[in-house]
Amino acid sequence: MSAKGSAVKDRRNPLKVARGLGSSQSGVGHWWSQRVTAAALVLLGVWFVATVLCLLHADYATAHAAVAKPWNALLLIAFVLTLFWHAVLGLQVVIEDYVHVRWKEVALMVAIKFLAVLGALASVLAVLRIALTP
Amino acid sequence: MADMQRPLSPHLQVYKWQVQMVSSILHRATGIALAVGSVLVVGGLLHLAAGEESFNHYKSIIGSPIGMILLVGWSWALFYHLCNGIRHLAQDAGLGYGVSQFVRSSWLSLVVSIVLTVLVWAWVLLAGGAA
Repeated sequence: MSAKGSAVKDRRNPLKVARGLGSSQSGVGHWWSQRVTAAALVLLGVWFVATVLCLLHADYATAHAAVAKPWNALLLIAFVLTLFWHAVLGLQVVIEDYVHVRWKEVALMVAIKFLAVLGALASVLAVLRIALTP
Repeated sequence: MADMQRPLSPHLQVYKWQVQMVSSILHRATGIALAVGSVLVVGGLLHLAAGEESFNHYKSIIGSPIGMILLVGWSWALFYHLCNGIRHLAQDAGLGYGVSQFVRSSWLSLVVSIVLTVLVWAWVLLAGGAA
């Protein structure tokens, strides 16, 4: 980054480098998303555990009616989406740390993303189905 | 990265056992366990959406002895990851970096997670047996 001499080696604007947008082009994006989803999951997780405990011995009709309540349906969808998002971010770090064969690393990353998206979509569809059927 | 034949730094086996190490390893392990456990949440919602018979079938699976043992494990994993996650968020905010604070908060995560697990299961059992 030294500007001395005639040959300019780095043509990036210093501001671009300073903003942390290095070769990955994402800077602290992953780190920050992981923390924000974690903070959300503290609240949503406690709510989820409390909700499940209240429905402990509920029969089908009670459980169905509880999930169908607008607030519960909304928070359940928020919980499931945040959960899978946070899970992918966390598993990504574990894979990057311990899987040292490039093709396996990429294959695992893609696999967990596929599974997470499937899980999230299936959950959202299920909640909508419960909430929208009388 | 992987293609370069660099020496690895000494790993777990050369370090003395410390609680901070355990709390860190457990955070990852419980995170992985909880990612797997998300199947339980998705399964529950799908079975509830599929109708009464299917929901009762799901209830009988998670209420079975093996289901209950797995649930105890998952509930502890959830509480541990929750407690230690809050600890990490506090550390990310710059709090509790003294060695003694670090050790104390590690123990705190472990103990509180176990207490919460016991409380929840006491509630479950007092409220009347199998989920």
